[in-house]
Amino acid sequence: MKYLANVTTLQYASDKCTGCGRCIEVCPQGVFVMHEKRAAVTDRDLCMECGACAMNCEFGAISVDSGVGCATAIINGMLTGSAPSCDCGDAEGSSCCS
Amino acid sequence: MQIQTLKFVKKAPPPWSTGSISTAVGLIYIVSADWSRADYWGMIKSRVSAFRMNYSVPPGLYAVGDPTNDSDVLVTANYKLSFDTLRRELKGLSAWILVLDTKSINVWCAAGKGTFGTEELIKRISDTRLDAVVGHRRIILPQLGAIGVNASIVQKKTGFRVSFGPVDARDIRAYIEAKYKKTPEMSWVRFTILDRVILTPLEINPAMKKFPLFAAGVLFLFGLQPSGILFAKAWYDGMPFLFLGLISVLAGAFLTPALLPFIPFRSFAIKGWIMGMLPVFLVTRVFNTIDRHDTILLIVAYLLFPALSSYIALQFTGATTFTGMSGVKKELKIGLPIYIGTAGVSLVLMIVYKLKEWGVV
Repeated sequence: MKYLANVTTLQYASDKCTGCGRCIEVCPQGVFVMHEKRAAVTDRDLCMECGACAMNCEFGAISVDSGVGCATAIINGMLTGSAPSCDCGDAEGSSCCS
Repeated sequence: MQIQTLKFVKKAPPPWSTGSISTAVGLIYIVSADWSRADYWGMIKSRVSAFRMNYSVPPGLYAVGDPTNDSDVLVTANYKLSFDTLRRELKGLSAWILVLDTKSINVWCAAGKGTFGTEELIKRISDTRLDAVVGHRRIILPQLGAIGVNASIVQKKTGFRVSFGPVDARDIRAYIEAKYKKTPEMSWVRFTILDRVILTPLEINPAMKKFPLFAAGVLFLFGLQPSGILFAKAWYDGMPFLFLGLISVLAGAFLTPALLPFIPFRSFAIKGWIMGMLPVFLVTRVFNTIDRHDTILLIVAYLLFPALSSYIALQFTGATTFTGMSGVKKELKIGLPIYIGTAGVSLVLMIVYKLKEWGVV
């Protein structure tokens, strides 16, 4: 299943890639594959902006504006003027943390 | 740290423990790979209610089977269902389980919040004196923990090299047997119809909590007369709307998630709108529940209920495995003004309907 096209904030600079393969190891959507000893992007629209790749790329080749893709969290963020957070403290409202 | 371990062992062993094993740092509980009736019941309760918020195991180091100082170390969250899912998959294997303090939240969500994170892992490795329990320097994390854990910092601070294992605990055995190699499938999050249906109670429950408020509003509007509230009329005229409201909740919170890949369009708001439109069409055209000549009521039904279903369906983005923040923001940016506008227009139309009914206009 794919979500909306052309919305992801994923940026990948292949010139910084050393081919360690961490991004392939951590991406849950199969966005990266190894191609000629470097990571290559298959389909950007598969990206769900979880941020695992950017967090674990030691060479700063990947950046992504990661956050919870949860409507409740984003609406809460809009209302309180803070960053969207899956605040599951009050439990019942959101399924973000099920 | 020693004191902490002692204090911990003095307490009655947890019900899912089958004994303890002596190590360089003292006694460590051995956990059972089997589920008791209480474990199954706990799983059901945490799937459907807020019970999961406090469903936890104490963080720390545990043993499964008969591990040695060369056995693998598997890391998990202290949400009991995460812990249970892992130990169940380790039947017949010998390993160490390192449980992080994630405030009883599962790996994926805790990693997103940062509680299943670099700092907590480093702290837990040091608190449990893992370096004295095992001779090697490798730990296996669930892959989705990578959102919160920076493997290179962990290695620099603790000496342990992090491997991100499979997404799903059920692949852990195959992963270990394959000498810590993942197939591409082990790296992908699955989202089967069963996965989706399991999540729907958490969509239906919060929506149904607000339903009495909606029902009260509907009954009030339909029953309201210049002379007071007519209960018989409220009930008779309001029934189709109450029914449609209920169906819209189900369309948005159950049908849309369950049929997700089969409903056209990628936008959840549009998927939910389509699923909400179908019952309105059926109720008004096929069953003829709303008087076809009552144009105002028909317009309100066609405006309000698909929008309601759409809004509820959009909430499911929080439970899926493939929606990102930028996409949801885009949907809300377009959707929210439409939802608010729809609700406003519907209310105005209902007032016009009442005024017409009373013969005012």
